[in-house]
Amino acid sequence: MSDLNQKMAAKYQNNFLKEIEEQAEMGEWVKMCMQCGLCSGSCPTNFQAGWDHPPQELFMMIRAGKRDEVLKSNSMWMCTSCYNCYVRCPRKVPVTHVMHGIAEYAYRIGQSPKNQPTQHLSKTFWDNCTKTGRVNEVKLTQSLYFKDGIGSGIKKAMEMQSVALGLVKAKRLNLMEAVGLSHKCKDIKGIHAMLAKANELEAKRQADKAKA
Amino acid sequence: MADVKTAAYICKGCEIDKRVDVAALSKAATKSGKMNIVREHDFLCSAEGVAMIQNDIDNEGVTHAALCACSRRAKTDAFNFTSIAVSRGNLREGVIWIRPDTDAARETTQEMAEDYVRMACAEVKAMQVPQGNQNTGAVKTLLVVGGGISGMTSALESSKAGYKVVLVEKTGALGGWAAKLHKRVPTREPFKAPEDNGVSDLVARIEADSNIKVYLNATIAKTDGAPGRFKVEIAIESGAVANEDIGAIVQATGFTLYDANKLPELGYGKSPNVVDQAGLEALANAAAAAGKPICRPSDGQPVNKVVFVQCAGQRDNSGTHLPYCSGFCCNTSIKQAMYFKDSNPDIDTVVLFTDLRTPGNGEDFYRSAQNKGVIFSKGVVSDVSAAGNACAVKFKDLILNEEVDTQADLVVLATGMVPTSGPDLDQLAEANRVAEGGGEEAKQHVVELMSKSVLNLTYRQGPDIPHFKHGFNDSHFICFPYETRRTAVYTAGPVRRPMDIMQAQEDATGAAMKAIQAMENAGLGKAAHPRAGDLSFPTVRLEGCTQCKRCTVECPFGAIDEDAKRFPLFNESRCRRCGTCMGACPVRVISFENYSVNTVGSQIKAVDVPDEFSEKPRILILACENDAYPALDMAAMNRHEYDPFVRVIPIRCLGSVNTIWITDALNGGYDGVMLMGCKHGEEYQCHFVKGSELGRYRLSKVGDTLKGMNLETERVMDLEVAITDIATLPQKINDYAALIKSFPPSPFKGF
Ligand code: SF4
Ligand code: SF4
Ligand code: SF4
Ligand code: SF4
Repeated sequence: MSDLNQKMAAKYQNNFLKEIEEQAEMGEWVKMCMQCGLCSGSCPTNFQAGWDHPPQELFMMIRAGKRDEVLKSNSMWMCTSCYNCYVRCPRKVPVTHVMHGIAEYAYRIGQSPKNQPTQHLSKTFWDNCTKTGRVNEVKLTQSLYFKDGIGSGIKKAMEMQSVALGLVKAKRLNLMEAVGLSHKCKDIKGIHAMLAKANELEAKRQADKAKA
Repeated sequence: MADVKTAAYICKGCEIDKRVDVAALSKAATKSGKMNIVREHDFLCSAEGVAMIQNDIDNEGVTHAALCACSRRAKTDAFNFTSIAVSRGNLREGVIWIRPDTDAARETTQEMAEDYVRMACAEVKAMQVPQGNQNTGAVKTLLVVGGGISGMTSALESSKAGYKVVLVEKTGALGGWAAKLHKRVPTREPFKAPEDNGVSDLVARIEADSNIKVYLNATIAKTDGAPGRFKVEIAIESGAVANEDIGAIVQATGFTLYDANKLPELGYGKSPNVVDQAGLEALANAAAAAGKPICRPSDGQPVNKVVFVQCAGQRDNSGTHLPYCSGFCCNTSIKQAMYFKDSNPDIDTVVLFTDLRTPGNGEDFYRSAQNKGVIFSKGVVSDVSAAGNACAVKFKDLILNEEVDTQADLVVLATGMVPTSGPDLDQLAEANRVAEGGGEEAKQHVVELMSKSVLNLTYRQGPDIPHFKHGFNDSHFICFPYETRRTAVYTAGPVRRPMDIMQAQEDATGAAMKAIQAMENAGLGKAAHPRAGDLSFPTVRLEGCTQCKRCTVECPFGAIDEDAKRFPLFNESRCRRCGTCMGACPVRVISFENYSVNTVGSQIKAVDVPDEFSEKPRILILACENDAYPALDMAAMNRHEYDPFVRVIPIRCLGSVNTIWITDALNGGYDGVMLMGCKHGEEYQCHFVKGSELGRYRLSKVGDTLKGMNLETERVMDLEVAITDIATLPQKINDYAALIKSFPPSPFKGF
């Protein structure tokens, strides 16, 4: 258990709902769910790709105090941000945002599932694009393909070969990016400064919340 | 009536003259109808047409008029001649609007129109001008039984309308259930927090109202008489009896909570920390009086967690508990959870529900409770047991699909409403039967049932209003909500069906208005709903009566008593003019001035029945005037066509159908008879509640008659029709006509 996780668990003891309300972004909405199930029924992913729990159930688990199960759930990471549930919820619960809020919190306190593909993608994508202010597609693809080792990486690359060639021909993919000659933002420094400031503000906000 | 002078008026308007040969219609009225005067008019409902008729009444001495124009349901204002007998021949909705305008159809359309003219002439000759019931009472004081929110509201609203009210309450104070509430579910924007129960305000208004006379600690010892002239004896505390003359009655006797002792599995009676909703209100009141938070009854310690169990002993389909939803208890639990959250947000409040039902503006209230941190979990509680000073609650979480054990300091059971509706009349009749010549125990049972009586009516049919579903006194919840089967006695509030305070107040106002209307109509000798304003009433030719008691037993409204010689004694002001007694009477001695065995019978005979070689069958349709006949009219407005061989006669109710009409029709060579009446049973639509059911029972015996006549039993058909069957009804008529045409022609033609 990470320190932060231990700290939070101790702070909220048996009141996981309160923990989510105070710590997760949009968490204060969880109590407003009326368990109608419209969100789960509307979700186009249909939970076939191995969702642990549909959104409605996840919210109920929070209220039932199932801390570990919720934080370790893969559900929040499976959400495709299609916003179907968001627009349909009769209680106007911003379901999509709540899902992301919980995901972010689980990650922050080190409880999110390890090696979960969409979580890996998010992290990789973020690190990749914040470096130059632009996405380096070749590197991004590489690090995704080779996430589970060389063998499977090569296999995936072979499978996607024709797509890649098509993209190159259409000038949507620049192979030179592999050696770092990628497109960048004009003012990389500015971008970095901006992100640093955002991080600083967010860290302060989190710290204040943790203190409160 | 001394001088009878008949007249027929044939309208040529609305294109009637373009579709049928009007001169031939006039001839039918003169020749077969034998009318003294026959006139045609271009536009009969115009001022000029009406003046023509009025002139004949004033100067020609016309006493009976057959108006052959549109449906009897149309132009009623124009053709409102109250001093003479009037019948209507339905040429527009009944003929030209339901037939195609083609050469092929012309002949049968003409025959149809001529028949309707003959029928209108025959009917009016069999009618008399209704004189109005003379046996009236003009008392305009309303009796309200029950001094809760509903009763007080009825009293205040009637007083506001200018009527005197006698309000009888069995306890020592006004207020009923609401007075026990610490606070009530909000009635005003923004519907977010409980509000004052509002009782003291109502009580103050009652006390200040000089129109309202209140009896506390009082019950109704006896209700005798009829609308407009009830004699009511009120038993008061001292043992004395007060007498009041009453015009109409509103019964607002409310409900009691379902007995939680019947729910031992939910811990009631096993731990003082398990209470019902009334118990929690009492705790809240005590706490407020002591200026403390609500405490645990077992040891007076503060409550940290409270669990609300919804639907306790309700919505139960096992047959043990209440099968219905009481509709108020979800909002009540939400409100009670707020008692805790509003005083201390750290108190854990959990509402365990299967479906949260929050009528009215309860949805806002529900959201507000969620905002305040009340936890709502979808789950079914299986067991509550005492665990020291706490309670152990077992429930199945229906979302997470798992059994859960939890602890609470206090458990509140949302038990439902049981109406205070008096004894079940069927049970009482059965108990009376057993007690007759039976032992002490059987007699005691009768006494016990009678002790529940609210009104103690002296009616032959029993002391109270009959129950409907689940012991409530409901009438028809959509079409005529406050009506009961006792004329000028209306029910309001939860005695009628489960409801909350807001609904009860609306209900109480509605019932008071209906009661006022009933008093006023009774004073004028007129009927109440659904024939409101009708001046006719049933009379019985006692010389012919065999004392079979069919009418007394069947009258759905308890209007007929028995006199000392065991003859039926009609109480005209209690009567709704359904005609069920007339349909029931085997010797046909009951009739109305404007509706009788003869008014319908002579129409049946007036139809021209072609011989068996003509290939023109005749089908009689007797259609209920409340639903089926309007549906036919509307079908006509939409130009839905149907078979030209049917002849439709409106009837007051299926219950008024005397089987002689059917045998007469069949003997007269009709090929089939179709009856159209409203749905009966628990989901009934019949405006006379039991009329269609009784009529159908009677009709079920017609099969034997048909067999006796050697006719196919399908020749008589009973069709359930609702007013909304506009589009499907013509098809059903056509299907039936096709069936009849598949049979050989009736062998009785030409006799
Ligand atoms: S749609 Fe909204 S209210 Fe319904 S279950 Fe989902 S989050 Fe809850
Ligand atoms: S936004 Fe996410 S949770 Fe909502 S419907 Fe789309 S995929 Fe499902
Ligand atoms: S109102 Fe609610 S608690 Fe009451 S019976 Fe209906 S669903 Fe159950
Ligand atoms: S059966 Fe109908 S018409 Fe006859 S007395 Fe009763 S209410 Fe009146």
